[in-house]
Amino acid sequence: MQYQLEGSQAIAKAVALCRPKVICAYPITPQTHIVEGVGEIIRSGELLNCEFVIVESEMAALSVAIGAQAAGVRSYTATSSQGLLYMIEAVYNASGLELPIIMTLGNRAIGSPINIWNDHSDAMSVRDSGWIILFAETNQEALDLHIQAFKIAESVGLPVMVCVDGFILTHAYEPVDIPSQEEVDEFLPLYNPATSLDIHKPLAIGTMVSPEYFMEVRYLAHKKQMDSLKIIQCVRDEFRRKFGRDSGGLLREYMTEDAETIIVTLGSVAGTIKDVVDDLNLQEKKIGVISIVSYRPFPIDALKDSLKKAKRVIVLEKSLAVGIGGILFQEIELVMKDTDAEVFSIIAGLGGRNITKFMLQEYLSRKSCKKITFLGLKEEIITKEYEFANFCGREGEV
Amino acid sequence: MSNPTLGNRLSKDDITIQSSSNRNNSLTCGHRACQGCGEALGARCAIDAAHHATGGKIIIVNATGCLEVFSCSFPESAWNVPWFHSLFGNAPAVASGVAAALRITGKEDIRVIAQGGDGATCDIGMGCLSGMFERNDDVLYICYDNQAYMNTGVQRSGATPPLARTATTVPHKNYLGNDPQIGKNISQIAIAHEIPYVATASIGNIQDIEKKIAKAIHIRGSKYLHIHVPCPLGWGFPTSETIRIAKLAIQCGLFPLFEAQYGKLYGSIPIDDPIPVEDYLKPQKRFAHLFGKNATPDAVSVLQEVANSNIVKYGLNGGDI
Repeated sequence: MQYQLEGSQAIAKAVALCRPKVICAYPITPQTHIVEGVGEIIRSGELLNCEFVIVESEMAALSVAIGAQAAGVRSYTATSSQGLLYMIEAVYNASGLELPIIMTLGNRAIGSPINIWNDHSDAMSVRDSGWIILFAETNQEALDLHIQAFKIAESVGLPVMVCVDGFILTHAYEPVDIPSQEEVDEFLPLYNPATSLDIHKPLAIGTMVSPEYFMEVRYLAHKKQMDSLKIIQCVRDEFRRKFGRDSGGLLREYMTEDAETIIVTLGSVAGTIKDVVDDLNLQEKKIGVISIVSYRPFPIDALKDSLKKAKRVIVLEKSLAVGIGGILFQEIELVMKDTDAEVFSIIAGLGGRNITKFMLQEYLSRKSCKKITFLGLKEEIITKEYEFANFCGREGEV
Repeated sequence: MSNPTLGNRLSKDDITIQSSSNRNNSLTCGHRACQGCGEALGARCAIDAAHHATGGKIIIVNATGCLEVFSCSFPESAWNVPWFHSLFGNAPAVASGVAAALRITGKEDIRVIAQGGDGATCDIGMGCLSGMFERNDDVLYICYDNQAYMNTGVQRSGATPPLARTATTVPHKNYLGNDPQIGKNISQIAIAHEIPYVATASIGNIQDIEKKIAKAIHIRGSKYLHIHVPCPLGWGFPTSETIRIAKLAIQCGLFPLFEAQYGKLYGSIPIDDPIPVEDYLKPQKRFAHLFGKNATPDAVSVLQEVANSNIVKYGLNGGDI
C-alpha cells in the first residue's frame, strides 16, 4: 500500500515489519527520527514482543544489540557520524563475532569541524570492518533494503549496515509502498540461529585467538564477505518475485548500454546524476550511471562487466581520504586497471554541500578534466584562509 | 541433609559450596591464571555459588581483562557455563542485551551475570555500568577488584589505593606512589543509583561471597557485587599469601564488607579488634617504599585515616551505620 512518508518513518515501518526482538536507541542527528519511529511503533502496540532499550551511548546501543543477538534474538539499532565512531570498537566486534545485527546509518559528515549534514565519511570509516554495507538511493529502496538486510544478514551470518543519506532521505517525504505483515513474514522466516548463549549447550563465545589461528579467522571473514555477493543477488531476486519491485542487488545501471562515459556513485545523489544524464543524452552524449548498492562486499566482477565498454569513468563520491584523495575512486581504478579507460575522481557534497544539476552539467561540459576535482570548491575561501594562515603562522624558516 | 564434615566443626550455614564435591567447577582447571591468583578464586566461588543458587541457569558476560584472557584461549575454555566476551568497556551493556533477549523470550529464570576487573568496572566501562544501573536492567554485575590493570602489567586504575606503587606510579624522591586520592569508590557510586542490591565481599571470606551471591542472583533488577581479590604479582606478596592478605584488608578496615539496598546501607560485617593498617601494608611490595629506611609514617597515617573512617562509616565496630 502506498503512503506519503518521511524516509525515517518508512525505515521504522520496515524494521518493525521484520519483527526484531530487541531495539536499542540512542539519539543522533540525522537518524533520530528512525529510533523515535520504532519506539512509537512499539509503544503503540503495533509491534509486539519487542524490547525497546534506551541506552546512554552509541557504544551501549550496539553492545546491547550484540548481547541480545548472541542470546539468540533479532536485534536492531541505528546511528550516524560521530555515533558510529563512538561505537566503532563494537562495530568490529559484531562482525568478528558474526552476529547478524542490522544497523541503519543515517550518513553524516564527521567532525571536526562539527557538521550535522550529509556525506559518506562515516560509512567509509568502517568500510573494512567486516560488515556488509548497502547504500539506498530512494526512500522506497531504503525500506526495501532493510527487509532484505535481515534476510541477507541471517543467511550469511554477518551484520548489515544500511546506509541512507542523512536529511536527503531520512527527512524527505516521498511516496513509499509498504508491504503487508503477511508478505514480509513469508519472505523473512523467524530467526533461528545455529548457536547462541544456551544453558543446555554451554559455549564460550568471544575467546582469545592466538597467532596460530588468527590468520585463518581473518581469511574466512574475507571469504564469507565475498561469498555473500551471491546471496545479496539471490535475496534481490527473491524480493522481486515476492514484492514485484527491483531493489537491492549489487549495483544499478542506468543508460550504460552504449555509454562512452559512465559515472559511478553511491546513494541518493544518483537521482540528480540521472536527471543530468537524461538531458545530456538527448544531445546524444552517451553517458550512463552506475550506483553501487553493495559497497561491501565490493562487486568487482559486476563492475568490470558493467564498465567494460566505457572509455571514460567518472567516480563521484561524498567522501575523502585525506592524504590520498577519493576512496571509491581508488577502488574503481582497481576495477579498471586492465582497460584503456580513463578514470576521473570527483569529490563532492562534503558536509552537506548541495550537488546541483548545474554543477554536474558544467563538469561534464569541460573540454578536459583534472584527475581529481573538488566539485563546487569556493576558491575565494581557500585563498583567504591561506592569507590568514600566512599572517598568523609561526616565524622563522621551516 | 547430612553434614559432610566430621563432627560439628562447621555449622551447616558455614559449609561452602566450594567445599562440596558437587560444586560445578564453573571456572575449571587448566586455565592460565598466575599461581595464587585472587581473581580466579573469586570468580570460581562466585560463579559456582550462582550456578548452585539457580540450578545452573546462568549466562556470563565477561569484560576483557585477566579473567577473560587466562580463561579462554581458543580452542580451549575453562568455563563450564555459557560465557560471552565482547569488549573491555561494554560488558554491562552486553549483559543488558542478553537480559533483554531473555525477558522478551520469557526465559527470565535464566539469570545474567556480567563480570570484569576494576579497570573494566571503575574506568573504561563505567558509562555502560551506570546506564545499566539507571535502567535497572536485570543483571548481577560482579567486579573483581585487584586495584590495578594487572593484565597489561600492573598500571594504575581508578581503583588503585593511595600511595600504591604501580608501573605508572613508581615512587621517587618526591613522589610517594599513587597520589593520595581515595581510589574510586565504585560501590558507593552503585549505591547512589539506588539499585535493589549492592554489596562488597572478599576472597578472605568465602562464606560471605556465596551468601551474597545467593541473595543477589534472585533479585530482579540491577545488582552490584564488589569482590576484593588480592594479586600476588601486582601487589608483591608470595603466592601462598593471597587469602591471608585479603583477610588483613578486612581486619584493618581498609576493605569493609557491607550491603545496601535501594540506596541505603543496611548491614556490615563487624571487625572485632581492628589491626593497624601497617599489618596489611607491610607484606606487600607495592607499599614497601612507605616503610624501612625511608619510612613515611605521615603517609601511612593517611591510609590509617581511611580505615578509621570506614570503621565508623560502615559500622565495623558494631555501631550504627
